[in-house]
Amino acid sequence: MILQNALDFLPILLKGAVVTLQVTAGSFVLSSLIGLLFALMMVSKIRAIALFAISVVNIIRGLPIIVQLFYIYFVLPEFGIQLTAMQAGVIGLGIAYSAYQAENFRAGIQAIQQGQIEAAESLGMRGAMVMRRVVLPQAFRIALPPYGNTLVMMLKDSSLVSTITVAEMTRAGQLIASSTFENMTVYTLVALLYLAMSLPLSFALRRLEARFSTRRTS
Amino acid sequence: MIEIKGVHKSYGSVAVLEGIDLQVKSGEVVCLIGPSGSGKSTLLRCINGLESYDQGDVLVSGERVDRNARSIHDIRSRVAMVFQRFNLFPHRTALENVMEGPIYVKKENPQAARKHAEALMEKVGLSHRMNAYPDELSGGQQQRVAIARALAMNPQAILFDEPTSALDPELVGEVLAVMRNLADEGMTMIVVTHEMAFARDVADKVCFLHSGTIVESGPAGEVLTTPTHPRTQDFLRRLLNHSGEVQA
Repeated sequence: MILQNALDFLPILLKGAVVTLQVTAGSFVLSSLIGLLFALMMVSKIRAIALFAISVVNIIRGLPIIVQLFYIYFVLPEFGIQLTAMQAGVIGLGIAYSAYQAENFRAGIQAIQQGQIEAAESLGMRGAMVMRRVVLPQAFRIALPPYGNTLVMMLKDSSLVSTITVAEMTRAGQLIASSTFENMTVYTLVALLYLAMSLPLSFALRRLEARFSTRRTS
Repeated sequence: MIEIKGVHKSYGSVAVLEGIDLQVKSGEVVCLIGPSGSGKSTLLRCINGLESYDQGDVLVSGERVDRNARSIHDIRSRVAMVFQRFNLFPHRTALENVMEGPIYVKKENPQAARKHAEALMEKVGLSHRMNAYPDELSGGQQQRVAIARALAMNPQAILFDEPTSALDPELVGEVLAVMRNLADEGMTMIVVTHEMAFARDVADKVCFLHSGTIVESGPAGEVLTTPTHPRTQDFLRRLLNHSGEVQA
């Protein structure tokens, strides 16, 4: 009986899992881009830019993700910005996590030794090229462990977008459970499916880190 | 080719350079010696604008060095620098380190830059290690790659900031040998060093710095064997007692 139920639920949950992966991938890319921008601003020599970025990051970090999602999905329409649930979810998670990404990147950038920057400058490189050719490639390697950790957290936190009606896996589980009352079967399946995604991801990240650590930074 | 006129620099109330005058002609090898804290590395770093200075002029081919001016990048691409701690880019191979400046700063054709870089790796005796990463090389090898990286820019002069101070004693010789070759080929070099034998054999001029001033300068033979200033005498005597390297 339980097995039959599980087999019935699985296709629906797997459809949700695809959405979960889409939300995770979309918001991960978005958070990386915005986070990198914030990180570059935070290490800027222009004080006003650095202060602005630090303030924004602190504000984002100080708000619950769920409140940010509600704001984007329910409040922005009042300002004429109408987003689908999926769009709101990806943008909301992306912005919410950009604060953590910014911290990951900033730590990586600031770990680069001054001598690296001086060597690049001595070749005649300008600031932007020093960043692109010398600092960032090394900073990414240093930031890789926390960066990977953030990805795993985002995979799990993508479940938060269920609150704004995105039909990802947790939402799919909720819907099945509320109509069948098979709570144990449904949520056990949901939990197992999350593990089926997060554990291989963690493993792959570990492998990636090991590969990069052989190409050391200074 | 490099002119330093009345250069002063201080960090807050601490004066590091107190009126330095120095002229380096094309093809000349000048060694800066002196105790630590005498300002010799700071002086060197003023020449390619890694440090700013408060007063005076540093001129490279008649152009004033100002680390905040647009011209600084161009000056740096003409005056190369070799660091005490090598500062190779760890995420790139030895050959890539050498090609980096020509390709990305001078916008040279990548094939031509590679050819040139390979020739330079050969010149510093590392043609068999071109594809090694810096962390796979010994200190002496890394410093030789750093010299090749400097040469790849076809610089008018190379600044050496204590290039052998971070090396194990047995690796010093291979780096100095490369530097001797460059001097023989007529490269303009300013070298901050504690290697008195190198200074004596290779330098056209030796400057002894103390407390931010050049207290004595002249031909290597004179300054190192018959120093006139008591500070120089004292410094060389200590060095001699300590290492026995100076056979004065």
